[in-house]
Amino acid sequence: MKVVTASPGAAKETAPDLAMRMLVSDLNFYYGKTQALFNVNLRIATNQVTALIGPSGCGKSTLLRTLNRMYETLNDTRLTGEILLDGEDILKQDVTRLRRRVGMLFQRPNPFPKSIYDNVAYGPRINGHKGSLDDSVEHSLRRAALWDEVKDRLNRSAYGLSGGQQQRLCIARALAVDPEVLLLDEPCSALDPISTAKIEELLIQLKENCTIVIVTHNMQQAARVSDSTAFMLTGELVEFSPTPQLFTTPTDPRTEAYITGRFG
Amino acid sequence: MSLRIIWRKTVNVVMLSLTGLCALVTVSALFVILGCLAWKGATSLHWSFFTNLPAPVGESGGGIANAIVGTGKLLMLAALVGIPVGLLGAVYVAEFASATSAFFVRYATDLLNGVPSIVIGIFAYIVVVLSMHHFSALAGGFALGVMMVPIILRSCEEFLRAVPRSLREGAMAVGASKWKTIATVVIPAASSGILTAILLSLARVAGETAPLVFTAYGNQFWPHGLNEPAAALPVVIYNYALSPYDDWHRQAWAAGLVLIVLVVVTNLLTRVLLQRQAMGRR
Repeated sequence: MKVVTASPGAAKETAPDLAMRMLVSDLNFYYGKTQALFNVNLRIATNQVTALIGPSGCGKSTLLRTLNRMYETLNDTRLTGEILLDGEDILKQDVTRLRRRVGMLFQRPNPFPKSIYDNVAYGPRINGHKGSLDDSVEHSLRRAALWDEVKDRLNRSAYGLSGGQQQRLCIARALAVDPEVLLLDEPCSALDPISTAKIEELLIQLKENCTIVIVTHNMQQAARVSDSTAFMLTGELVEFSPTPQLFTTPTDPRTEAYITGRFG
Repeated sequence: MSLRIIWRKTVNVVMLSLTGLCALVTVSALFVILGCLAWKGATSLHWSFFTNLPAPVGESGGGIANAIVGTGKLLMLAALVGIPVGLLGAVYVAEFASATSAFFVRYATDLLNGVPSIVIGIFAYIVVVLSMHHFSALAGGFALGVMMVPIILRSCEEFLRAVPRSLREGAMAVGASKWKTIATVVIPAASSGILTAILLSLARVAGETAPLVFTAYGNQFWPHGLNEPAAALPVVIYNYALSPYDDWHRQAWAAGLVLIVLVVVTNLLTRVLLQRQAMGRR
């Protein structure tokens, strides 16, 4: 694992020196002629939870979607700058290989209209899995804390599960290809508080061997699960610090205004 | 009550009855046709009607077995042309085409759908029959297949588009390429719809006569292979109905009954399939 030192652009960087899984430098992003991200610099520490917060439309989801190049599914987008994964430029990698290494979870659970088993086995199957598929499915479902609830009905439709279970199934599906990084785009926005609590608990367990980046509207959630938090506003990364510090002693007045509820 | 209100209420009653009456006419048209076919044709429906070859005029016990087999063969050939072209064309329009080319393909497809079936028949006659120098099941199947393409393409495109974007993203997020996403997630998710489109297009072309009269032509005997003229239910109905023999008239009614029952059953089947898909989504 490479240790990458702070880039000169990250002036307000106050995070301690940790091993860096991903490094975003001078990132600008455009939807057509509209610029959505302005000179973003971000260091994502290995096996930590990094939260992206900010009001709607601030670019946090856009930033997340650059990390596995999911923005490429949209037409007419442009990106400048550099994003490194373990020191390699992700823009020069094969995109399917990149997305195997950087998994993603979406706002609403999106299981396939297949059985629970086939949902989890999907990734290993299309990527030419070697070894026992059954073991891989069980292992992934266990990591997603769903195994005990579904082990007797693996061949039933995934649509029979509750919303929270479906979201954990999607986590299992993402984990089945053993990603190094997991991107979560407001994963609890469609869930009730109990399901949300389960997912949050799971994230803390998962970071033992997975780097997590989570976009959230909910500042309490960011405070509960993340190690460091980035605050974004109108396409700029305003402040990035260890989570306790950002929420107690923010350095930028805009951050303070947002977390104390003066806007957003 | 003032006169104005009475007038308004009268107009209301008259218009309401008129609309109801028109709806009734529409529905009863179907039942009158079905009843008429059953009334005139049911008497000819013996087991032998389905298993025997046509009998010469004056002999009793003739059947339409060759036409049933012939229609089956023609539909199979049509499916071989219509399904791959229609489905893959739909995948192109729904998944890959730019807005301009999608518009162009859709427009051309709608025009093709509007081409009179007799013109499709002439086209197949020129392309297949003239170049092979004889009528054949192949030519008939080709003509029906060309008619199937626009029906399948347009409805499959709708069903493919209806597959939510989130499912595609879910597949791509674990490293599926665009083609793999389409083949392993999008098409399976739309499969009941696609099957429905195929069945409906088959039911639609099964009753076509015009494209067959100068391609598959018709045949009084068991057809051997696909390279010779073949009988088909609609063509048999057409030929028998024009003949001066009562016996053949009755058989034409019966053949019509067989054809319409096939179409109705196919329609019911598609209903069931679509309902299943709707339940799977929930």
